[in-house]
Amino acid sequence: MKYWKGIEELESAPEFMQSAFAEFMPVKESHESSDATSAPRRDFLKLMGFGVAAATLASCETPVRKAIPYLNKPEEVDPAISNFYASTYFTGSDYNAVLVKARDGRPIKLEGNPESPITRGGLSARAQAAVLSLYDGGRLQHFAVKKNNSHEKVELPAFDREVRSKLAATTGRIAIVSPTIISPSTKKAIAEFATRYPSTTHVMYDAQSASGLLQANNGVLPAYDFSKANVIVSLGADFLGTWISPVEYAKQYVVNRKVSSTKRTMSRHFQFETAMSLTGSNADVRVPVKPSEIGAVALALYNAVGGNGGSSSYTNPQLTKAAAELSANRGSSLVVSGSNDPAVQALVAAINQTLGNLGTTVDLTAPSNVRQGDDARMAALVNEMNNGTVGAVIFYNANPVYNHPLAEKVKSGIAKVPLTISLNDRLDETGSLCQYAAPDSHWLESWNDFEPKRGYLSLSQPVITPLFATRQAQESLLHWAGNNTTYYKYLRANWRGVTPTDAAWDKAVHDGVATGTALPAAPAMLMAALSPAVAASQISGAAKPSGIELALYEKVGLSATGCEANNPFLQELPDPISKATWGNYLAVPRKMAVENKWEQGDVIKVTANGHSVELPVLIQPGQTNGTVSIALGYGRTQAGKAGDKVGENAAPLAMTANGIQYMNVVTLAKTDATSPIAQTQTHQTLMDRKPVVQENTLAKYKENPKEVTEYEKVATPDGLEAPGKVSLWQDYQYNNHHWGMAVDLNSCIGCGSCVIGCQAENNIAVVGKQQVINRREMHWMRIDRYYSSDTHKDSFDTKGKVATYAAMEDPSENPQVIFQPMMCQQCNHAPCETVCPVLATTHSSEGINQMTYNRCIGTRYCANNCPYKVRRFNWFSYYSNEKFETVNGHMFTDLGRMVLNPDVTVRARGVMEKCTFCIQRIQLGKLEAKKQKRRPKDGEIVTACAQSCPTEAIVFGDMRDPESRISKLLRREDGERAFHSLDSINVQPNVTYLTKIRNSESEFFAKENA
Amino acid sequence: MNSNRLRSLPHLLLALLLTFAGAQQALAQAAGATADVKTQGVVPGATAAATPATATAPAAGGGDAAAIAAGDALFKGNCAQCHAVNEQVVGPALGGITKRRPISWILPWVKNSSKVVAGGDDYAVALFNKFNKQQMPSFALSDKEITSIVAYITSQEGQANPGVTAQNAAKTDGADAGAAGGTEAGAGKYVDILLIVLVVVLIVLVVTLVIIGNLMKDVLRGRKDLDGRDIEILEQRFNWSKFYHSPAMRGVVGTVFALVLLYEGVQSVMAVGLTQGYQPTQPIAFSHKLHAGEHQINCAYCHTSVYKSKSANIPSANICMNCHSQIKTESPEIKKIYRAIERHQPIQWVRIHNLPDLAYFNHSQHTQVAGLQCQTCHGPIQNMEVVYQYSALTMGWCINCHREMPLNTKDNKYYDNLVKLHDTKNAGAPFTVSSNGGTECSKCHY
Repeated sequence: MKYWKGIEELESAPEFMQSAFAEFMPVKESHESSDATSAPRRDFLKLMGFGVAAATLASCETPVRKAIPYLNKPEEVDPAISNFYASTYFTGSDYNAVLVKARDGRPIKLEGNPESPITRGGLSARAQAAVLSLYDGGRLQHFAVKKNNSHEKVELPAFDREVRSKLAATTGRIAIVSPTIISPSTKKAIAEFATRYPSTTHVMYDAQSASGLLQANNGVLPAYDFSKANVIVSLGADFLGTWISPVEYAKQYVVNRKVSSTKRTMSRHFQFETAMSLTGSNADVRVPVKPSEIGAVALALYNAVGGNGGSSSYTNPQLTKAAAELSANRGSSLVVSGSNDPAVQALVAAINQTLGNLGTTVDLTAPSNVRQGDDARMAALVNEMNNGTVGAVIFYNANPVYNHPLAEKVKSGIAKVPLTISLNDRLDETGSLCQYAAPDSHWLESWNDFEPKRGYLSLSQPVITPLFATRQAQESLLHWAGNNTTYYKYLRANWRGVTPTDAAWDKAVHDGVATGTALPAAPAMLMAALSPAVAASQISGAAKPSGIELALYEKVGLSATGCEANNPFLQELPDPISKATWGNYLAVPRKMAVENKWEQGDVIKVTANGHSVELPVLIQPGQTNGTVSIALGYGRTQAGKAGDKVGENAAPLAMTANGIQYMNVVTLAKTDATSPIAQTQTHQTLMDRKPVVQENTLAKYKENPKEVTEYEKVATPDGLEAPGKVSLWQDYQYNNHHWGMAVDLNSCIGCGSCVIGCQAENNIAVVGKQQVINRREMHWMRIDRYYSSDTHKDSFDTKGKVATYAAMEDPSENPQVIFQPMMCQQCNHAPCETVCPVLATTHSSEGINQMTYNRCIGTRYCANNCPYKVRRFNWFSYYSNEKFETVNGHMFTDLGRMVLNPDVTVRARGVMEKCTFCIQRIQLGKLEAKKQKRRPKDGEIVTACAQSCPTEAIVFGDMRDPESRISKLLRREDGERAFHSLDSINVQPNVTYLTKIRNSESEFFAKENA
Repeated sequence: MNSNRLRSLPHLLLALLLTFAGAQQALAQAAGATADVKTQGVVPGATAAATPATATAPAAGGGDAAAIAAGDALFKGNCAQCHAVNEQVVGPALGGITKRRPISWILPWVKNSSKVVAGGDDYAVALFNKFNKQQMPSFALSDKEITSIVAYITSQEGQANPGVTAQNAAKTDGADAGAAGGTEAGAGKYVDILLIVLVVVLIVLVVTLVIIGNLMKDVLRGRKDLDGRDIEILEQRFNWSKFYHSPAMRGVVGTVFALVLLYEGVQSVMAVGLTQGYQPTQPIAFSHKLHAGEHQINCAYCHTSVYKSKSANIPSANICMNCHSQIKTESPEIKKIYRAIERHQPIQWVRIHNLPDLAYFNHSQHTQVAGLQCQTCHGPIQNMEVVYQYSALTMGWCINCHREMPLNTKDNKYYDNLVKLHDTKNAGAPFTVSSNGGTECSKCHY
């Protein structure tokens, strides 16, 4: 089987091969060092002379540093000791229960809250990065009123007086526009506002709308349980990456995906989708379909499992297989769809009903609340705004001017509304058009409650006093309604029912979660659910679009709302599949690119709805032929320094006929421009050897778990031996601890949560688009994504020569994907250690390959000698070089620096850095144990990546402790799935991978290993 | 005559030089003596007493050792703010409390003193009035806890160092070392006086000799019976010009000069960034000598997080107010604290010990786990009127200690197996910090 990281590598293009194993691209630095070329030598000498004198003078006097203690120290806050507070992350898309790590009163890291029955300690990449948004200097820092086209600061009392009098004088409807709100108390506050101003209506809309799903289920969002499903069929739902509640679903999904020699069963996952999504890349069987075909697929599936919906235009052998397996697993199967077409969702609901999945994998009694937006209501409001019947509109964290497909109409509507108020946290695209701006506090500065699922409550509590002169939106609404209470008191009173006693309340605040229900029912959907028959006829009656189809999708990092756009962590998080950072692009199938002679980076003009955007081409393996796709959430213009003008906004390309449909028919036209895409996919390419990553099939695993992994042997005079048997090195003896990590490739879904967790924990710099193109990204941890296809000449007999050759010709049509988290392997025989001329990288007595920044002189020998390419060099002072102020701004200001982890050095220019196994956490854990005069407990010391992983794919622990999880796991998997990447070079890593097992019927594995 | 006098001047200068060289040497010796004190300070005596909660105080007054130990911790945590055992602080000295009052009186008093006063107990009312009607706060302690405190107090009664707690007991070691330093310093003074006397005597001797020499010469010149050779000897003069032009002389002087220059150069370069002895003026003239030295207030009473955190915090103003709401309220220095509190302006102390950001240091590791004394690194803090940086705080200084210092593995289950392993492999060699990986890079740099 051939593994490849990108199209360039697959094609072995000469330009690519030239630089494939170079660590960095040859960089033309002209734009960076123009001053150096023109500066004459004499100036240099002068400067140097002055510099030396200045340095001498500076070193004579030690700067006076102040130590400023508290005036009145809070009892539980001790300098340099971190406190954890339970809270909740929900910004209108995914819900995560979090623990906030606060150091000296400032939040520095978010971690999953294991108490939560929903996310159970997992945390998405977006939530991991959210702590940075707190210190975002792009937030509006005071109340403001628009005067002469610019917002001017006003004092709060005057602001409130003005708004109140204007609201009282409003004739016509008052509308509050927000994304989905799952906070019972917020809804109550809005209701109180509505009592004071009776013409008020609350309109919720979602930028990633699930209106169709809501409509099909009579206004509720079914709760799914993927852990109970043996067969999962997803029709375009990216439930592991972005759809509804990805962390919750990933946790469930992986329960049935983990295997061991005692549990040799797995769920089977079919995915029918257009663009290659995170979920699709994890599927056992992935079938590319056009967006317009999803309805036909649903109909065909409905027919095949016993429904009667008339004939469907779609046939596919995999669909037949999927239907057969679904029928064989009644009550333990699950069909989901990401489509926003009510007809498709009605059929999916009918399929689940037919299969008897209600009450097992689909739960309508405890539905999810995280999507409540009704597209029809929002569309109606937009029309009313334009008709002039709306007297006032309040935008509460809603940015329809940016993220609604009818943005133009929203814009014109706002101009016609007499009173417009924005509660958004910044003067964004919508907020800047409003007359009044009453910025909401960040959720880390606020009290709030949440009910993500009926019966499951959750709280957020302020961890820091508001950094700016902002006020919680709920409090603003209450004030304007004439209720001058604080929101805390309001919330507390509202919770009397759930927590009658102070002790119960304290427990709820401490745990961050509680059981009980408080959320009022969402208003009924404007449109009623369709019956399966009507839905079927609608689908089969739909006109088949001709032309190139566009699919709009959401990135794992940035949500379609665009609210995280100014978060540089997320902008630089490589997309799990394309590995692209900083901006969106037009993903096209290879066939289309070849036919049109497009190359990666060529800018194409995409036109639909009379609106066009210009985006560079990215050749995406697995993209359905005849389709293209674009990510939403980019192209902000008023997000802030880091987020502005990154990519293009594709929201106006969506169809708005029947709710928002994230697809359209587009025309493409090549422009003369090119625009490079900052992809990390082929960077840090490993040595070209086969056993970097290993996989096999479930069938083989069932047969004999000992044969799924290929162990390399090396030739010795005594015959073939395991590589570890032959060594020139002396082995280390580990008396105290021996830290090790195991990564289960079967559980890893590639979501990137660990990458952001690592970045936040270790003060890793953001480098920006140009430096990523130069292969200088600084992430200590990357997730390598390999494509592979199982077409092989062995299938000549079964499939015929012509077909096989055709398939072999284009392996990128629908490749398999495998993810491999790659960080420093902490080799016991580390090649980097031997080449360092100054002993800046050395081996510790606990098995860790230590990197001493203050000793490093930057020869980069170590990086050259690293077979895994995991070392990162600081080419610049990312914390002080003004070139990086836009992207790495948080390291430049006192405000932003508050997010840095004080236990980890900010690395200077010219030094090497790399994964340390979170040495600061190890040291802290050991110290705590020593203070309590005991050995550290297993699970007490975990790295940031292991801790953030929603699927528990990463296990970290002490391999010297025979009872630790990692020791047990490695004992169990030894000789079965456990392998070291590049075992034959015998560097003896302390990171062990477990072979990925696929539940697909690939003949390839069977033949290869027979 | 004049020329004669002048001629003898070089001799005089030489003699003076010699005397000063001698004095220098003597001074150097004295410095060596202080250096010894320093090294003595680095090797602490009593490390066992470092853990406040479990420290065992000598059971002088009898009683259960465990109860006394528990009482010790409780006393420090609750009572030491206002009471000492043998000295009146904010409240009365508690020594002999069992003789003055029965336990049945003490228990309700500690739990709620105002109730006892209100109840009209004569002793209580007298006490209340004696201490300016200042109430003792109520303590939610159990009977057993109060009894253990009393047991502790009894055990501490009449000891040499009043109000000695386990910490202070340990600290007295440091104090002793300081005192030893003091005596040595005293001895140094005698040496100085002796030296000065010697120098004076020498000068007198030299001057006398020169005078005698000149007199003798004059006498000889007066004699007429001298032959040419004698006159030659008599009028012999040292050939300075030859000496000045001698290559050997020039070489020696040149080499010495170069060496001195080099030495001084290296020394001054090595001292760049070193702030040993740094003693900035603080915004409030707080005296550690008074608080830690004379009043024996436990370091951890103010530096609350020294046993649990990376940083040994500078106390917040509310800790000062525990005592200074009552004591010395008129002092202009204390008034600065009041002003800070009134204006909500925290006090900006000047930081003395500044480690570079690239070095990680954790106080609790050294105090709680290793059981080191504060004085080990901070020097005789109890004698410092104004605190200065006692140790060099260089990497060499850290590493040396890590190489030499045996690990404090006593009663710590973390180390049990390691000690066994170490002993089986290389018994005899001390189990030092570095033999457990304490000199590895990433122990301090990450």
